[in-house]
Formats: sequence, C-alpha cells, structure tokens
Amino acid sequence: MMPEISLSILDVAENSTRAKASLVEIGISIDTKEDVMTLVINDDGCGMTKEQVAHVEDPFFTTRTTRKVGLGVPFLKEAAIAANGTFSIESEVGKGTRVRATFQYSNIDRMPIGDISRTIQQLVIYHPDIDFLYSYYYDGASFNLDTRQMREILGGVPFSEPEVAEYILSYLVENKQETDHGAVE
Amino acid sequence: MKSLEELKAIREKMQGQLGLREEENAKTRVLVGMATCGIAAGARPVLNELADKVQSDHVKDVMVSQTGCIGLCQYEPIVEIYEPGKEKVTYVHMDKEKADRVVKEHLEGGKPIVEFMLHTVRANEAKNK
Repeated sequence: MMPEISLSILDVAENSTRAKASLVEIGISIDTKEDVMTLVINDDGCGMTKEQVAHVEDPFFTTRTTRKVGLGVPFLKEAAIAANGTFSIESEVGKGTRVRATFQYSNIDRMPIGDISRTIQQLVIYHPDIDFLYSYYYDGASFNLDTRQMREILGGVPFSEPEVAEYILSYLVENKQETDHGAVE
Repeated sequence: MKSLEELKAIREKMQGQLGLREEENAKTRVLVGMATCGIAAGARPVLNELADKVQSDHVKDVMVSQTGCIGLCQYEPIVEIYEPGKEKVTYVHMDKEKADRVVKEHLEGGKPIVEFMLHTVRANEAKNK
C-alpha cells in the first residue's frame, strides 16, 4: 500500500489520464462528526468492459504491456479497507470510470493524506491537455480548483509556466489551510 | 481564500513574453517515471526536486516531464535524460539528493553521472552476487 493516500490519488488519476479522459474530477470530503473521509476520482475516459472492471481490483491484472502486475487500484482499495472503509469502482466503455473509497477518518490504520496540494498541482501541470476539477470539503467548509476556469483566464499561458505553476500550488495550499485550518495531514 | 484575480495579473504580465521561451526552445527532455512502481518508490519528490532546481538555477533549454512504467520497476525511481545527438541516459534508484546532483553536474555541467546509471548499478549487482 502507498505510504500516503495522496500518492494513491496520483496513481489512480494517472490511470484516468492514460484512459484519454478530457476531464478528471477528484473530490476529497472529510466529515469529522460522521468520522468519514470520502474520496472520489471520476473520469470521462475510454472506460472499461465489465470483464476488465471485474479484474481491476486484482493485482495481477493490468492493461499495460510493460509488466504483468497492476497495483494502483488494489493499493487504494487496501488502504480503504484497512481503515474500516469501503471501495467501489464502476466503469462503462466510452463513458468513463468512477472510483469511490471511504475511510474511517479516526482509524489508526488510515494512512495520512500526505501532500495532496503538490499531487494535484503535479497532475495539472504535467497533463496540459486534460482538465481537472478538484474539490476539497472539510466539516462544512470547502474550496475547489477548476482548470477550465483557469485556462480561460490564462488564455494560452501554459500551466507549466513557472509563475503559473507556483500560483496553482499556493492556491491549493492556502485554500486547504483556510478550509481545514491545518487539521488534516 | 486565495482568488483567481492573481491569475489574471500573471496572465497580463506573461502574455508579451510568451513564445520566446519554454517548450520550443527546450532541447533536453528529463522524464521521470510516474506509474505505480515509480510513485511507490518515491518518484514524486524526485520530480519536484528536478523541476524546482531547473527553475531556481535557471537551467536553459531543459523540459522536465513525466512518463509511465518502462518495465524496470525494481530500479525505480528512474529518470531518463534525452539530449539531442546523444545517447539516452537512464538514472536509477533516484532520490532528492541524487536529483540535485543530476541538475548540477549533468544538466548544468554537461557531465553525466556514471555511478547513478542503469548499467553501472547492474554491473555492481552482478559483482555482488
């Protein structure tokens, strides 16, 4: 399993980018009263057949040809189940894929979320042709980052432009801080 | 909340200067493997370090990007460097400190670091068997 949940998010979202998605939605929602953290990763990529979906939680299944094991989805599932949570994946060919994991937030075996801001920033700047909608919710407060909006404002200035990349990171870091007041690590 | 207003200001500042730089001029490509194997082995800090260092040292004509799994998972994190007219260099078992040296010695100094290369690491493994 990955040492941080954010690394699993990065990994599973990379699957979406390879599935030729044009929009990848990543949502993290933490409700401390209900003691649950919900993670969703949805894409509008090429999707999978029923048979592929049935196998995707199996570590010895992968669509790639460079190796014979695929641990991205199994790692995330493992992390959720270990934290008394749930995991589901739905997919339809031509429509996209939806991954949903829940975690018991206070569970001692819940992995730390880790550097989620850097993860989202990396996804955005290294996949210039894909849009991302990231939303973060913590006990009633929330913020989101929508690259479609940013793209419109930037009018051709790329996300990888150092000043823009830096802005995106500080947007994520500062807004997360204001949303959860530093309670989530 | 940090707003999108700042982004508008950046755009206005940048627009005049675009086209003069970046991708078209980037001749050297630095690729970091970011599949499950790479991520699990610690590729994210390596990618960050390379990107930050290239930026802070103002290394010219270098583009840092990411790639998938190349089938050498046991050697991750892997960094591949493509320079025009030169053979591809594959660095293995990378970490932040090694990434730092690659920027300084290879990308800035023009001297590839033999001890980090795949064939060196493999030869050492064979010797120790």
